[in-house]
Amino acid sequence: MKYEMVCGMETHIELATKTKIFCGCTTEFGGAPNTHCCPVCTGQPGSLPILNRRVVEYAVRAGLAVNCKINNNSHMDRKNYVYPDLPKAYQISQFDEPICEHGYIELDSGKRIGITRIHIEEDAGKLVHEQGTTYIDYNRGGVPLIEIVSEPDISTPEEAREYAEKLQLIMRYVGISDCKMQEGSMRCDVNLSLRPVGTTEFGTRTETKNINSLSNIVKAMNREIERQEDILESGGHIVQATMRYDANTDEIYPMRTKENSDDYRYFPDPDILRFTIPQEFVDETKANLPELPSAKLRRYIDDMKLPESTARDIYKYRRVSEFLDDTVKKGANVKNTANLIIGGIYSTLETEEDKERFDIKITPEKMAGLVKLIDDKKINKNKGQETLMKMLESGDDVTKFIKAEDTAGMSDEDLAKICEAAVAANPDAVENVRNGRDKAINVIFGYVMRETRGKADMGKVNKIIRGLIG
Amino acid sequence: MREVLTVLSDMLRKGEITSQELTEKYISAVEEVNPQINAYVHTTFDFAREGAKKADEMLKAGNAGALCGIPMALKDNICSDGHLTTCCSKILRGFRPYYDSTVWSKLKSEGAVMLGKANMDEFAMGSTSESSCYGAPLNPRNTSHVTGGSSGGGAAAVCANIAAYSLGSDTGGSIRQPASYCGVVGLKPTYGAVSRYGLIAYGSSLDQIGPITNSVKDAALVFDAIRGVDENDDTSVDYNYGGPSANALTGDIKGLKIGVAEEYFDGINPEIKDAVMDAVKLYEKNGAEIINVRLPILKEAMPVYYIIACAEASSNLGRYDGIRYGYRADNYEDIDDMIYCTRSEGFGREVKHRIILGTYVLSSGYYDAYYKKACILRNNIIKRFDDIFNTCDVLIAPNAPTTAPKLGHHGASAVEMYLSDICTVPVNITGIPGISVPCGTDKAGLPIGMQILGKRFGENTILNAAYFYEKTAVSPVKEYEGGVRI
Repeated sequence: MKYEMVCGMETHIELATKTKIFCGCTTEFGGAPNTHCCPVCTGQPGSLPILNRRVVEYAVRAGLAVNCKINNNSHMDRKNYVYPDLPKAYQISQFDEPICEHGYIELDSGKRIGITRIHIEEDAGKLVHEQGTTYIDYNRGGVPLIEIVSEPDISTPEEAREYAEKLQLIMRYVGISDCKMQEGSMRCDVNLSLRPVGTTEFGTRTETKNINSLSNIVKAMNREIERQEDILESGGHIVQATMRYDANTDEIYPMRTKENSDDYRYFPDPDILRFTIPQEFVDETKANLPELPSAKLRRYIDDMKLPESTARDIYKYRRVSEFLDDTVKKGANVKNTANLIIGGIYSTLETEEDKERFDIKITPEKMAGLVKLIDDKKINKNKGQETLMKMLESGDDVTKFIKAEDTAGMSDEDLAKICEAAVAANPDAVENVRNGRDKAINVIFGYVMRETRGKADMGKVNKIIRGLIG
Repeated sequence: MREVLTVLSDMLRKGEITSQELTEKYISAVEEVNPQINAYVHTTFDFAREGAKKADEMLKAGNAGALCGIPMALKDNICSDGHLTTCCSKILRGFRPYYDSTVWSKLKSEGAVMLGKANMDEFAMGSTSESSCYGAPLNPRNTSHVTGGSSGGGAAAVCANIAAYSLGSDTGGSIRQPASYCGVVGLKPTYGAVSRYGLIAYGSSLDQIGPITNSVKDAALVFDAIRGVDENDDTSVDYNYGGPSANALTGDIKGLKIGVAEEYFDGINPEIKDAVMDAVKLYEKNGAEIINVRLPILKEAMPVYYIIACAEASSNLGRYDGIRYGYRADNYEDIDDMIYCTRSEGFGREVKHRIILGTYVLSSGYYDAYYKKACILRNNIIKRFDDIFNTCDVLIAPNAPTTAPKLGHHGASAVEMYLSDICTVPVNITGIPGISVPCGTDKAGLPIGMQILGKRFGENTILNAAYFYEKTAVSPVKEYEGGVRI
């Protein structure tokens, strides 16, 4: 029998607020165990939570960025369950009044993946297993999260990956999280079931938890599809279960089966007052949203006429795209800027994370200063690249490396004289070119470049030299 | 009635006694009297001596407030940095919080001297203080009777003059009822008037800290010191009382509109009914207007209270798992078993009852039938009280159906004990303030208390009404002859 997949995702994203959701402790990643803690985030008897307004603001931003409706009235609920990393034995979350509802993300194909809801909640601590003992680190406890729940609209593992990737990029663009899957600031759970093609009823689903990279989403889903197919083919039934994907062995296995559905006994948290999100605030936030990734990509391709691959290489890192935009705003040509970024700056940023961080020493102003010399043909591209590398190293302005006299306008007359000298100085090369070994002309070009310290316009030089050689 | 705090404050400020001398007197009195009544479960005498020394410096510097240098007690569920705070539960054995509650932090900065933590029902769940893991406190009026609860130890300590005042907590009557059983004054402030930060939670939407004192003036002075909005408690409210409540005590009740609802008197011991109605007559005679009001919804208050309080408690008490603090079972197999054994051994019977009840009413399939319905009814009760306070300034009601029962009287009947809260729980459900003042004694000589209730943030009105009664009535309850006599 042929099966088709039905899949929805739950994505947890840690918000980049400075302090935790209910206390003033830092949200910084790492730190010695249990040093980013206080009575509130360790659930000491008598302590009370105070909702961090920033968390609500970030959630509104997230919701608007994925086309959600923002609820003007909301409240926090308690989700009761017992686990050692949850110091109050309840997680403060949202049940029936999430901040955002009814949004979507559009894939490149134009297909929309619905977003059911986005709510805010607190993260739990972490269990640390060492030498047969289990320790608990509550540093992460109380770090704010949003949980983004999608509709079961995802039909292939690749769509799942694209959905997660788009979500990640959008959240980075609106600046609410760094969304690092490796560090756990973005965590994906995949709900997946199969059904015979052509049927409409959902099969029994499993939930694969905490997948830690985009590529592992595809791998884990492929394993789970195979597993479920095997079971169904052999006449078995899928058992509702929480699955765990092991990336090292590329295997998937059940962590625990759910014979009884969990009963979290949700009820409104009496310690936190209901809150309102004024429509004016929502409107203002919407008006102040930065340009979102899809719009930016369209602009790069349609308006700025960048090749699609170039546009994609730039837009997928928020800071890079901002750098490009700012440089262009300072008067630099977009193509020259993009080429220098990809050909030059990227060579100094090895990993994806380096590019994401885009921690470079030069400002868009300095970049524009350099690019404009290329735009005006005062230096050529090679010279530009070479200078860029020096600037990236020292952070200095372009004028440190290219003097005013270097770029002072060179008359065609002067250039012709230098070209004549170059031809005269390289009779062997001239001979070779005439005999059909065209590459030999580079020797003559090299002479001109040396003499002009790279500022000659290679187009003109080519014309003059070829005229001289005949 | 003795305005103990005013008297002591005057003596301290005039230099007739130092705080250190006064504190030593109280310490001796605690040592002498406490073994007979079990009011304190932890004493902090060294800390009290340090506090007294600081208070003397403040007094000398001339910038001391009304409570500076005066020895007092905190209920065992109010946190103070480094001191045992155990909710009189085995599960919090040895627990010392590492932070101060907001109320204690305020009092401490005023120079208050803490003698120790007062006995209570385990996690404030009970009406007699008999569920304390340290054994019940005994009523100083008659030690074969209970103090009431849950703030029984604090009421007993104030009654027996081994604390000049105490702070209790009131979730369903836990300040007012023991105050009435012991013949002292208890104020349950408006929900949100006093910060709950550092009060170990029982029913979070009902809990409120308040004073237990010898007089209405004392209650007002303590209320002034502890009230106010707190950035650590979202449910605290920034309400402008227009100056200290102690200054609002004029005793003038001419034209005061007093509501009396007959439903409050259903099933009430006739002696209590008479004492309260005599008080009402005294008001009328002095120019107050008595208005008969109907409160048929009162009968819903009891189930609403127990559903909401237990639901919240079942969640609030989930954190006691033996992992981070307090008691941990000695023998267990794995982490789940450790939590199971710790909770089985650490919680007492009444607490387990309420956790199970609360878990049940929140469970899927029952939530709508119990918890949700209780919340709807709660709103209806709030509306009805709002209506009443549109026509009345205060309501007068009894505090409990009986005077203090004998120890062990309720025995195994939890429901009978629950029913004894009928007069006090509506105040918590609606969030309004209520004060309990002594208004006589029964044939056995046990104190009777009456409640004066007001609208939200109407503390000044109920305090003033109570103050009038205290000044006008012929000393309704005898003074306890022991402890520190002023």
